[in-house]
Amino acid sequence: MASVPQLQRQFIEYTTSLHNEGYLDDQFTQLQKLQDESNPDFVVEVVSLYFEDSEKLLNNLATALQQKSVDYKQVDSHVHQFKGSSSSIGAQRVASVCVHFRNFCEEKNLEGCLRCLQQVKQEYILVRNKLEALFRRMMQLEQQILQAGGSIPMME
Amino acid sequence: MSLILVLMLCCSFVSLISMKLNKSMNIWMKFLEIFSTYTCMIHLHYYQQLGPRKLRKRWLRKLLILWIAFGTLLSLWIFWYLRSQALEKRKETLANMCDERARMLQDQFNVSMNHVQAMSILISTFHHGKNPSAIDQETFAKYTERTAFERPLTSGVAYAVRVLHSEREQFEKQQGWTIKNMTPVKKDEYSPEEFEPSPIQPEYAPVIFAQDTVAHVISLDMLTGKEDRDNVLRARALGKGVLTAPLDLIKSNRLGVILTFAVYNRDLPSNATPEERIKATEGYLGGVFDIRSLVEKLLQQLARKQIIYVNVFDTTNVSNPISMYGTDVSDTGLQHVSPLNFGDPSRKHEMRCRFKQKPPWQILAISTSFGIFVITLLVGHIFHATVNRIAKVEDDYHEMSVLKKHAEDADLAKSQFLATVSHEIRTPMNGVLGMLDMLMDTVLDVTQQDYVRTAQASGKALVSLINAVLDQAKIESGKLELEAVRFELRAVLDDVLSLFSGKSQEKGIELAAYVSEKVPETLIGDPGRFRQIITNLMGNSIKFTEKGHIFVTVHLLEEVTNSIDVETESSCKDTLSGLPVADRKRSWEAFRPTDQTVDPSESIKLIISVEDTGVGIPLDAQSRIFTPFMQVGPSISRIHGGTGIGLSISKCLVNLMNGEIGFSSVPKIGSTFTFTAVFSNPNEQQMNGESKSQFCNMLAVIVDPRPVRAEVSRYHIQRLGMHVEIVPSLTSMLSMLTKGSQIVNLVLIEEDVWDRDLTNSSVFAYKLRNLDLKVPPKLFLLTNSIGGSRQSNGVPSPPVITKPLRVSMLAGSLQRAMGGNKDNARNGEVPKLSLSKLLIGRKILVVDDNNVNLRVAAGALKKYGAEVTCADSGRKAISLLKPPHSFDACFMDIQMPEMDGFQATNVIREMEYAINNHIQVGDYANISRWHVPILAMTADVIQATHEQCLRSGMDGYVSKPFEPNQLYQEVSRFFL
Repeated sequence: MASVPQLQRQFIEYTTSLHNEGYLDDQFTQLQKLQDESNPDFVVEVVSLYFEDSEKLLNNLATALQQKSVDYKQVDSHVHQFKGSSSSIGAQRVASVCVHFRNFCEEKNLEGCLRCLQQVKQEYILVRNKLEALFRRMMQLEQQILQAGGSIPMME
Repeated sequence: MSLILVLMLCCSFVSLISMKLNKSMNIWMKFLEIFSTYTCMIHLHYYQQLGPRKLRKRWLRKLLILWIAFGTLLSLWIFWYLRSQALEKRKETLANMCDERARMLQDQFNVSMNHVQAMSILISTFHHGKNPSAIDQETFAKYTERTAFERPLTSGVAYAVRVLHSEREQFEKQQGWTIKNMTPVKKDEYSPEEFEPSPIQPEYAPVIFAQDTVAHVISLDMLTGKEDRDNVLRARALGKGVLTAPLDLIKSNRLGVILTFAVYNRDLPSNATPEERIKATEGYLGGVFDIRSLVEKLLQQLARKQIIYVNVFDTTNVSNPISMYGTDVSDTGLQHVSPLNFGDPSRKHEMRCRFKQKPPWQILAISTSFGIFVITLLVGHIFHATVNRIAKVEDDYHEMSVLKKHAEDADLAKSQFLATVSHEIRTPMNGVLGMLDMLMDTVLDVTQQDYVRTAQASGKALVSLINAVLDQAKIESGKLELEAVRFELRAVLDDVLSLFSGKSQEKGIELAAYVSEKVPETLIGDPGRFRQIITNLMGNSIKFTEKGHIFVTVHLLEEVTNSIDVETESSCKDTLSGLPVADRKRSWEAFRPTDQTVDPSESIKLIISVEDTGVGIPLDAQSRIFTPFMQVGPSISRIHGGTGIGLSISKCLVNLMNGEIGFSSVPKIGSTFTFTAVFSNPNEQQMNGESKSQFCNMLAVIVDPRPVRAEVSRYHIQRLGMHVEIVPSLTSMLSMLTKGSQIVNLVLIEEDVWDRDLTNSSVFAYKLRNLDLKVPPKLFLLTNSIGGSRQSNGVPSPPVITKPLRVSMLAGSLQRAMGGNKDNARNGEVPKLSLSKLLIGRKILVVDDNNVNLRVAAGALKKYGAEVTCADSGRKAISLLKPPHSFDACFMDIQMPEMDGFQATNVIREMEYAINNHIQVGDYANISRWHVPILAMTADVIQATHEQCLRSGMDGYVSKPFEPNQLYQEVSRFFL
């Protein structure tokens, strides 16, 4: 069993690795900072909300693009939503694909849109997996740290 | 101008000359006229042709040549004139002398002639009229000898009798000698025997009587000499005295003239014919005139013989005048001819006179004309020199003006360069500072934080320096313009005080501001620049003050000038910190006296003093204190920092505010800077009852033995609307409380009063607690520095208010204390996160259709302590924000389906507008106008969005996700 400082370091390292790989940006750190005693599950809450929202949006997008006459305006507003929520939790790769997506929407380029949809899905799944892994790992680490008598390091 | 002067001089000179020579006055006057018109013309030219200088120069040169030519001519003319004058005079003298001599000669000749004539009468009477004759040779000789003086010009007289040939023999027998021919055989030597007997003639004229001097002519026949014969014949025909041409006299061989009178036997009428006369002729009386000796005698009588040569000529024959007297001398040029009338109409004589000496050199004429010539040349030279000088000065002037322009251009360029460069540096520096700011908020260890803080401080120093340089450059290039906005002077002072509060608390200096109550609440002027001046002055004071106080006072100028006479010696000991200060009055001694014409209702002249108890300014540095970049010494900037530009900028700014700045400083005692500034008076004064309302009509008592300090405290507390009493000590405070006539809400005790006697203080606190008042007064300590040693003394210390006193701070501290908040001792602490200070307890509505975003934004705001309500659409937001509501602010997403942020805001503003109109009618009288701050949340922060936000009635925007700095900036606009 690792010592408390070690665990604490692992905890921070794991979070920063997500940063370094480019899945997440500062905004996620900000989110983590918002979490405190009065609001202990804030990040998990927000992220799960994001997952729900995103799945709904992705479905909507898929159906919208399968229509015979595609309503690009609606597609665009969906993508905007998706981009907004993604950047809110700091999923910057998803957000950047959304920017491309919106450009295609503007051009009414169905092919491009479909391609982007695929990319967004991929990126989303990637970030979802990463986040889920992060939460699991963090849960573990937190428990380990708490068991070891340490405290959760704050990201300040 | 000197040219004109020279010309005038010439004119006057010329006119002077012309006055002297009044003979040719008219010509001169004409010339003068011409000359003066010419001068005027030149004068005109001078002004017209100021531009083409070459042309003017040529004109001047022409004028110069003309002048010299004129001068030369003038001097020549004067020479000629004087010379002719002299000649004229000489001629006149000569004529006078000549005429005089001629007249005398003539007179004497006439006298002689008359006498000879008288003698002829005598002979006719006594010789021919008597028989026998009463006259013989002896009688005649004796008589003539004795009357010789009567005939000054005659050398001798002789009488020849008329003898006809028929009578010759008888005559010769009677006389005893023969009649002899006059012409001598030998010319050389004279002897009577040499004369031959006269040849036979029809008649003879032998001399019978003769004066002794001419006795040798007796018996000579007068008709035999050629000249004598003519003479005799003419004399008896005319009946008048006649003269011979000059002839060589017999025996003496000298030149002589013979005057002959005929002697008639009866008295003939004057109109007798010549035949009658010849017939009546008895004899001939002749007088010999020895001209030479006679003239010499005459001239000797005049005694001025030596001056002139006199020549006497017989000019009967004009072509060949016969010289009668005088030597032939070389021609000396000047000659005067005087006619001589010797009474013989057929003979003409004249006297010619010459000066013996040549005319003398005309010294006067030469010197005068030379003098004039020299003067002309001198004047010409002066003129020339003047012209050259003018030209040189003009050239210099042009050169100077060109150089000046260059210098000014360079200066302008410098200022512009400075302004540009400063501006260009400032922009990136802002970036640097911003980034440093953000870097501070990231995870840093202590060392890194220290580095960043240092970098930030240096950056801020650099920016302030750049700002100063920019100001200086702007002032120099005249680009600085003052704003004219309404501002609250007291608030500005409070701001400046809080700016320096950190430093003053650190150093333990008492910092205070006092504004006279006569100064209006609001003024119109440039608060930024005013603040800058105050900040500069206070910054200096803070820098150089280690103990004591810094005291800013603001008065109306009238107040101070009126009270000058009253408070003459009060300020010596009675200062804020009790330390001596430099005399404030001396700092404005040099100011101009105020003009009383300024209408106080329109403009307000303030006098502001900043007094410190610092090191003071060395006397030798006082003169250059307002020069840019001039510091007292090189070590100053090392010890205290700064550039030395602040005072110079302050001076410029004060000047822009129509004021003056001055100071008085005593080394080791302190400095007082005083400046005046003119502001406009906004005529209606708006009252801010905001902070006052809470404390209105409460009574505060200040325990302070030092009147000035107490007065400052009173000023600040009164601004909160409280009544203030001042007592000097705790004892008197206590007695005031025990009397209990009034409810005392607050007791503010100066720290030194409290600390002086801690037991006394604790007794006071104890007694106060036991006094059992209805409303127990709150105790406060007023202190200069944070973190005193009060707690350790075991005496429970009342809450502390750290100076400098400001309204907002005072209100805050008091509020906290009155409200019974838990942390009443914490006023000095700066809250860690200013955002949470702003947002704590605020009700905020967040509107976003995106749940995630909504959640995140709400979380962020909650984190700062706000009470957040969420709404996921514009419509919900509108219904929630329908007044009356309790929200303090609303954050709204712009892009939302159905109704975007702009539309929603429009609707909300319309609702508020409608309600506000009602308020004016009076429905919601107690509530201020509705205007909930709405901030847009947007991901793309570009200018266009910002403008759109403002257009649609929003108050600002924040980026999404929130950036703490920006959020703070926006939120602070509403919640501060």
